[in-house]
Amino acid sequence: MTDIRYLAPRTLDEAVGAFAAARGAARILAGGTDLLVQMRAGAVRPGLIVDIKRIAEMTSIEETADGGFRIGAAVSGAVLGEHPRFGQVWPGVLEAVNLIGSTQVQGRASPGGNLCNASPAGDSVPAMIAADAVVTVQGPDGRRQMPVAAVPAGPGRTNLAPGEILVSFTLPPRPRGAGDAYLRMIPRTEMDIAVVGCGVNLTLRDGTCTAARVGLGAVAPTVLLVGEAGKALVGSRLDAAAIEAAAAACRAACRPIDDKRGTIAYRTRIAGVLLKRTVGIAADRAGRA
Amino acid sequence: MNVQANKWIGQRTIRPDGADKVTGRAAYAADTTMPGMIWGKILRSPHPHACIRSIDTSKAEALPGVKAVMTARDLVDFPIDKSVMLGIQDMRWMCRNVMAREKALFAGHPVAAVAATSEAIASEALKLIEVEYEVLPWVIDVEEAMKPDAPILHDHIQFEGKPSNIAGKLEHKLGDVEAGFAAAEVVVERSFRTKPVHQGYIEPHACLVSVLPDGKTTIWSSSQGQFMVRAMCAHLTGLPQNDIRAIQAEIGGGFGGKTIIYLEPVALVLARKSGRPVKMAMTREEVFRASGPTSGSYSTVRIGATRDGRILAAKGTFYLQAGALPGSPIRGAAGCAFAPYDIPNVHSLGFDVVSNRSKVAAYRAPGAPIGAYAVECVLDELAEALKMDPLQLRLKNAARQGTKAAHGPTYPRIGFEETIQAALEHPHYRAPLGPNQGRGVASGFWFNAGGESSAQVNITEDGNVVVTTGHPDIGGSRASTANITAELLGIDYRKVSVLIGDTSTIGFSNLTGGSRVTYASAMVVTQSTEKVIRTLCERAAKIWKIDPDAVVWEDGEARPAGDNAGQFPPLTLAQIAARASETGGPIGAGVQLNTTGAEGGFATHICDVEVDPELGTVRVLRYTSFQDVGRAIHPSYVEGQMQGGVAQGIGWALSEEYIYDKQGRVDNPSFLDYRMPVCSDLPMLDTVIIEVPNPKHPQGVRGVGEVPLVPPLAAVANAIHDALGHRFYSLPMSPPKVLAVLEPADA
Repeated sequence: MTDIRYLAPRTLDEAVGAFAAARGAARILAGGTDLLVQMRAGAVRPGLIVDIKRIAEMTSIEETADGGFRIGAAVSGAVLGEHPRFGQVWPGVLEAVNLIGSTQVQGRASPGGNLCNASPAGDSVPAMIAADAVVTVQGPDGRRQMPVAAVPAGPGRTNLAPGEILVSFTLPPRPRGAGDAYLRMIPRTEMDIAVVGCGVNLTLRDGTCTAARVGLGAVAPTVLLVGEAGKALVGSRLDAAAIEAAAAACRAACRPIDDKRGTIAYRTRIAGVLLKRTVGIAADRAGRA
Repeated sequence: MNVQANKWIGQRTIRPDGADKVTGRAAYAADTTMPGMIWGKILRSPHPHACIRSIDTSKAEALPGVKAVMTARDLVDFPIDKSVMLGIQDMRWMCRNVMAREKALFAGHPVAAVAATSEAIASEALKLIEVEYEVLPWVIDVEEAMKPDAPILHDHIQFEGKPSNIAGKLEHKLGDVEAGFAAAEVVVERSFRTKPVHQGYIEPHACLVSVLPDGKTTIWSSSQGQFMVRAMCAHLTGLPQNDIRAIQAEIGGGFGGKTIIYLEPVALVLARKSGRPVKMAMTREEVFRASGPTSGSYSTVRIGATRDGRILAAKGTFYLQAGALPGSPIRGAAGCAFAPYDIPNVHSLGFDVVSNRSKVAAYRAPGAPIGAYAVECVLDELAEALKMDPLQLRLKNAARQGTKAAHGPTYPRIGFEETIQAALEHPHYRAPLGPNQGRGVASGFWFNAGGESSAQVNITEDGNVVVTTGHPDIGGSRASTANITAELLGIDYRKVSVLIGDTSTIGFSNLTGGSRVTYASAMVVTQSTEKVIRTLCERAAKIWKIDPDAVVWEDGEARPAGDNAGQFPPLTLAQIAARASETGGPIGAGVQLNTTGAEGGFATHICDVEVDPELGTVRVLRYTSFQDVGRAIHPSYVEGQMQGGVAQGIGWALSEEYIYDKQGRVDNPSFLDYRMPVCSDLPMLDTVIIEVPNPKHPQGVRGVGEVPLVPPLAAVANAIHDALGHRFYSLPMSPPKVLAVLEPADA
C-alpha cells in the first residue's frame, strides 16, 4: 500500500543517480512486459520506477562505421524488426528478439529487459551470446563493458553491480560468409516459453566452418555459451559427424531441471535436435553451397 | 416450419450482441460499478487437506478501511449427512465449496473473506486473519485416492461398508454381458488415464452485490443461470427468493463452469454486513486453483465382436475424480460411452471419487469425452484386429431408430448413421497423407436436455418486437431466437430485439447447460409467438368486423381468408400495433414450459496429425466434424459450437493438464503453463452440418453445443497411432511423452 515513485529522466546520469540512490528499492522500466506483470502478481514492490525510454542512447539503433551495430537496451522488438539493415545482417538475433512475447508485447518488449530479467529461457539471450554481443553498462563508478554471457548470474539475478543500468548491446562487424539463426522448442506454436532455445552463429569460407558460437537457453540456471559445440564445428565442412559432435556437446552441457515446462531427459535430448536444425539454417544463411 | 424455404431460420443473421462486443461496450460482471462500492477478497487455504481449528479475524476487522469480514459461520449450515438437492447440485456440498466449514479440502479452498474500501486494503486484511490448521495427509490422484491406505476426505462417506473416497456409483446394464463376451470371437480390453482439465473461459468469475437495509438484494454476475444464482444465494443466506434480483451480465465463456456459484453468496454476506455494495473478481490464478475443472479419470473398456465386426458385448468401468466434494460427471461417462452403438449386452459402471483438489464443475458434455476416449480408442484397435475400416465398423454397429440404449431410452429417429456416411464420403477421408502423418476417426454422443424455460414476446406500439427469455446467451441463443421469431411473424429479422431478462422480469428458466437453450427457448418462443399471431388475427378481425377464424397471418400481415378473401386490404403488424389500444389493449404473450423431447446428438470426426519424431510434437493438420444438429437455426453459431468443442478436445488430448507440486498445490495456474491451444496451433476446423430433424421439436432442433467435445480425444489419439504405429493410453499426449516412446531413454 506504499506509494510508488515514477521517474522518466532524459539523461543516463540522472537515471543512474536516482537508481543508485534508491539502493535496491528501484526497478528499471523499459517495456515493462516483465516488471508490470511481476508487480501485479505481487512478486516485486519497487519504491521507485526509473523509466529509461526517454534517454536517447537507450532507444536508438546505430550501425557503426566498422559495420557493427549498437542497439539501445530499451529498443523494442518491433522497432528492431523495422530497421532496414539489422535483420539482413543478424537474422538470427532478430528472430530471437521477435519471439519475446506476442505481437502486442513486441511493441514494448526489449532485448535489454529480456537479458536483465535473467530468465534462463529468455529468447534473445542465446542468440546474443552466439553473436558474441557485448553490453555496455553504466553505474555510479562509470561505464564498463561485459560479454552478454557474463550478465546472467542465475534465475532472476544478474552480475550487474548495485546501481548499474544496462545501456546497450554492441554486435561485432560481420565477415563474409557469416550466418546466424535461433530456434526454440515450445509445446505450442505461440504464446509460450522456450523449453529449450538454441542460437548459432557461424562463418563459412569455401564450405569450411572457420568460426562458430552456440548459445543454449532453458537448460541450466543461466543461458550457456557452449564452447565445445562451437569447437566441434570449426574446421569441419559441417558434415554429419561434426554436427553430431556439436549436438553431443550441447547435450553434455545441459544441467536442466525437471519442472512443469519440461523434463531433464526431454530438455537434454531436444538441445541436440535444435542444435542440428539451427546449424542448418545458419549455414544456409552463411551461403552454404 | 422446418423447411429449407425458410426465410430467416437457417440464415447467418448478424448477432445481436456483436456490435457491443467488437466495440468493447459489452458489460461483463467485472465492468459493473456502484456508488459507495467496496472490494471483497477471499482468504484461501494453503493446505490441500487440513482441519480448521480456529479462525481469528479480529486484527483484520480492526484494519482501517475494512468494512466486513466473514467466514462459513455467516452462511446457512447444511448438515453434512442430509442431502438438499438443487438441480444436480447438493447444497451441503455447495455450501462447503463456497466456504470451508470443518475442513479445508484443497489448496485454494476459501476459509474467510473481507470487504474493504480498496483492493489493496482487502489484500492486506487477508494477511491479518489468523487461521489455525491441523494439517492432514492428502491425496489428489484418482487411483491413489482409492487405495486402502489413502487419506479419507469425508468420514461419513462409506463404500461397501467402509469409510472410502468413493462417494457414489452409477450402473447401466443391458442384456447379459458375460454371455456376450463368451460368444465374441475378438475381444479388446484396454485401460486409459486422463488428466483433469479446466474449461478455460476467458472471463474470470466476477460479481457485484448490493443489499439494502430492508434486505432487498441485487446481484450482477456472470453465470450460466441467473435463476441458479438466485436460488443458491437464497439457500446459503436464508433470504427469500423474491428479495433477490439476479441480473445476468454479458458472459465471457462458461462451458459449464459457470453453472455453480463461488463469489455471489460471499459478496452478498459482505454487502449485508457492511451496508455497502461489494464487488468481487477472481484472478486467473484463483480461477485455476479453485473453480471447477472437470475430472481426471481412470477407465477400463472391454469390447467383444464377431469376426465380421458385429459387436456383441461391451463393458466399461470409469473412475472419475470429483475433487474435494462429491459430484463427478459419472452419468456422462458411463451413460454416453456406448450410446452411439447398437450393442445387445452392455455393462457400464461409473464411480465418483473424491480427492484433495477443487470440486469439479460441469464441462461441455460433462464426463462424456472421458467415456468416449476409452471406447473409441478400443474400437480403433478392434477395427485393426478385424482388418476393418474403422468407420465401417462404426457404421455396422451404429445405433438407429428403435435401438435400445444401455442408459435407458429407445431411440426415435436419430442421425448417427448419417454422420458416418458423410465422413466416409467426404474427400478428407481419402486425402493422401505424407510421412509422419496419420488419420484417426471417432464418434460421440451427448444426451441433450430440455427443462424449464420462459419467454415473453411483446409487440411494441410502433409494430416491432421485443422477445425476453431467461437464459444467459453463451452460444448464440439471442440470434437463434430472433431468427425463429422473425420467421414465424414473417417480418424482417432486424425488427426483432431479443433480451435476457433478470429473475424479477421473466419467469423461471433453468440454467444454460445441457445443450438445452436453443432447443427449449425455441419451444416457448414459438408458442408465445403463435399466441401473438392469434391475437393479431383477432385484432384484424375486429377492425374488419369479421370472424377471427376468417383471418390468416401471411408474410407479416393479416389477410382475410375464405369467403372474405380479398374483401379487405391486408393489415401489417405496424398497422395493427398502431390500433392496439382501441382493439383490446397491448399485444404480447408469454409461455412457460418444462420442455421435453430433446433427443440425443451424435457426431463423427476425422482428424489428421503430423508428428515431429525428433521433438515429439503433434500438430493437427486437418480436422472435419460431422454432426447431426436436427436443424441449424443459425448455421454460423452451429459451426462455431462445433469448432469450439473440437478446439477444446484437441487441447485436452495434446497439451492441457493440471500439474501439482509436492505440497499438493496447482503448479500451473496460468494460461502460460496450463497449455490451451492458441489460434496458430490449430488448422481451420472444418464442419459438416447434417440435419435430421428432431421429430419432437417445432423447428426440428437438437442440442448442438456439447457433442463436439466428445469425439476429439480419441480422434487425435487414433490419428497419432496411425502416424506412429504406437498407441498412447494416457492424456495429454505431450511432447515429452511422445518422444519417450519414439526414442526410449536407454537407446
